[in-house]
Amino acid sequence: MDTERERALFSSQSEAWMLRGGGIDLVVDDGLRTEEMLLNIGPQHPSTHGVLRVVLELDGERIVRAEPVIGYMHRAAEKLAEFRDPLQVMVLMNRHDWISAFNNEIGWVLAVETMLGIEVPERAQWIRTMLAEWNRILNHLMFCGSYPLELGAMTPVFYAFREREMIQALLESTTGARMHHSFARIGGLKDDLPRGFVRQSREVLAWVRAKMGEFEDLVMGNEIIHARTRNVGVLPPGVAVAYGCSGPVLQASGVPMDPRRDEPYLKYGEVEFDVPVGTNGDSYDRLWVLVQRIYESCRIIEQCLDKLPPGPFVAPKLPKKIKIPAGEVYVRTENPLGLMGYYVVGDGGEAPYRLKMRTASFSNVSVIPELLRGALVPDLVSVLGSVFFVVGDVDR
Amino acid sequence: MSPLAPVLAAAPESFLSRVGGGFFVDLVVKVVVVMVFVLVAPLVIGYMEHKVLAHMQHRLGPMEAGRFHGWAQLVADGIKFVQKEDIVPAAVDARVFTLAPAVVLVPYIALFVVLPFGRTIWAENFDVGIFYTLAIGSVTVIGTLMAGWSSANKFALIGALRAAAQLIAYELPLVLASVAVVMQSGTLSLVGIAEAQHRYWYVLTQPIGALIFLAASLAELTRSPFDMPMADSEIIAGAYTEYTGLKFAFFLLAEYAGVVALSGIAAVLFLGAYQPLPFLGFVPGPIWMLAKVAALSFIVIWFRATYPRLREDQLQRFSWILLVPLALADVLATAVVKVAVR
Repeated sequence: MDTERERALFSSQSEAWMLRGGGIDLVVDDGLRTEEMLLNIGPQHPSTHGVLRVVLELDGERIVRAEPVIGYMHRAAEKLAEFRDPLQVMVLMNRHDWISAFNNEIGWVLAVETMLGIEVPERAQWIRTMLAEWNRILNHLMFCGSYPLELGAMTPVFYAFREREMIQALLESTTGARMHHSFARIGGLKDDLPRGFVRQSREVLAWVRAKMGEFEDLVMGNEIIHARTRNVGVLPPGVAVAYGCSGPVLQASGVPMDPRRDEPYLKYGEVEFDVPVGTNGDSYDRLWVLVQRIYESCRIIEQCLDKLPPGPFVAPKLPKKIKIPAGEVYVRTENPLGLMGYYVVGDGGEAPYRLKMRTASFSNVSVIPELLRGALVPDLVSVLGSVFFVVGDVDR
Repeated sequence: MSPLAPVLAAAPESFLSRVGGGFFVDLVVKVVVVMVFVLVAPLVIGYMEHKVLAHMQHRLGPMEAGRFHGWAQLVADGIKFVQKEDIVPAAVDARVFTLAPAVVLVPYIALFVVLPFGRTIWAENFDVGIFYTLAIGSVTVIGTLMAGWSSANKFALIGALRAAAQLIAYELPLVLASVAVVMQSGTLSLVGIAEAQHRYWYVLTQPIGALIFLAASLAELTRSPFDMPMADSEIIAGAYTEYTGLKFAFFLLAEYAGVVALSGIAAVLFLGAYQPLPFLGFVPGPIWMLAKVAALSFIVIWFRATYPRLREDQLQRFSWILLVPLALADVLATAVVKVAVR
């Protein structure tokens, strides 16, 4: 056996393979030698939910090298934004991460309002905070449900979607849309809350809290879930910070970074909530942080409902035509999946001169090779499912 | 001499033999009866899985086909499978690829031959019945290996090798758990084992064996939580990835036939097959057997609704470190008690 040959980090053979997009290379060699198997997962694969592609180099079932290949869902949102006015851009912005739509539009609207120096009415700010948290619960429920599904437990996802459906109904009654709400406006909101919203919110809130207990019994205490997720995909805090991870992924590694608390926007400075922090940074901690964040969001919503002041829902004196002034601004918000940054450069025209989005999923996905090195193939789903990402948010 | 010997000597002929008409007529009748059962029972269990899973998951399941609660859903599925194109990818080893579904399904059909549904209601009563069932039940993995290897697909290969490793690990506890029952009853014949339980069911004397048998047969069937060979979120459908249409339907049929078959064996070994509960002797034996098979299948489905799947190495560890020693201890304890009581 040829033992002296060292394998390069990127062997030219596998690079060629990746460029070509698949196929088998036959190497005829005298003597017996083993060779790593290249396994292509995605872009169409059930566990990459979306069109992420991961190329694995396998030694048996052990992963020697993993390489996420992104870009299958690139829709040029940033470029498109350069030809649209702020309202039209907002419609683009709530589409890249489609399950945190309202949080996305909040970030964009805040950026434009900061540039224009618009004062947003109190009531609008409270409603925005509340809807953003409802949206966060929607997002987290989705991932809490789909993660056990990837591990082979098919029931939790249906429970999670039952709760999601109730919240969807709530948001639909307010915004008129189930997914892409487009409810925020520069200077406020499109509309006030519908009649009965507060009462209905409280009911849904109580229901979600009760049912999260059920979910925790079913999933978080399950021994097989423990076996599959504890000490799997351990992300040390240093690595997490180096890769720019944020949101639940970073918090699970023990770094309590959360823009809602660190530099409060909207009304986050006036509500009480905790930032849950994991201890090990493994897959289990990431799921645990997600569940805890749902509870925290429930707390925030409750306080918003209590403190909701009367008043206008949109700023009274807004310019007819909103022009983005010359200058630049960077606004960062805590999206459900992590840090969402909008860097806007204006030149006095209607459309932004340049828009750069810093999305949470992109950084979270980039850490995958670190997490997968030396893991087993079944751990792949355990890791992929727990670095919560949306492919549209990666590719934009 | 076993105390059961007179019972066995007096064991009556199968009711199917009363048709008369000699060996060949007898054979045809038996084959037809078994085939009908093999084709109907998996459909019933499959429908049960649809509905039970659905109701556990806060949804309705099939509701349209056949007008009443979707009872004809699996029939409709079967018709759909027949209509699908039978794709044989270019790189596959076509003969092995085509043969594999049959190799998976036929052993289960052969296994139904010995299941007793009543004192006289069985097709064959071999003296080595339990040995025959366990031996033939493990032939299916060859079919899975054939499917995985001939598919020329990496996911299929991984799935097939996982299935093979799993079978080797779980065949042993399965056999050992059965051995304890055989020792207690003093016979290998399935009818004999069922007859021996006329006073009490063996689940009372062999509770550990029953649990081992349940866990091992879940692994043997590659059902949740031991369903890594076809873990859909990792390796698509494992060995069956490249199959379409009727061939895929064969694998599905085999899966449900396997659930029925192993539930049947478990019912015979631990729940007394057609033996009734006390004071309920007026209910006929076949109904008892069917009810027990359905109840055990329900547990199998319940597991699927509740548990995620283990990892391959955890599964191996579970078998070799926990189940095998436990089963050996169970056999030893049975032997000691058997000698002591005698």
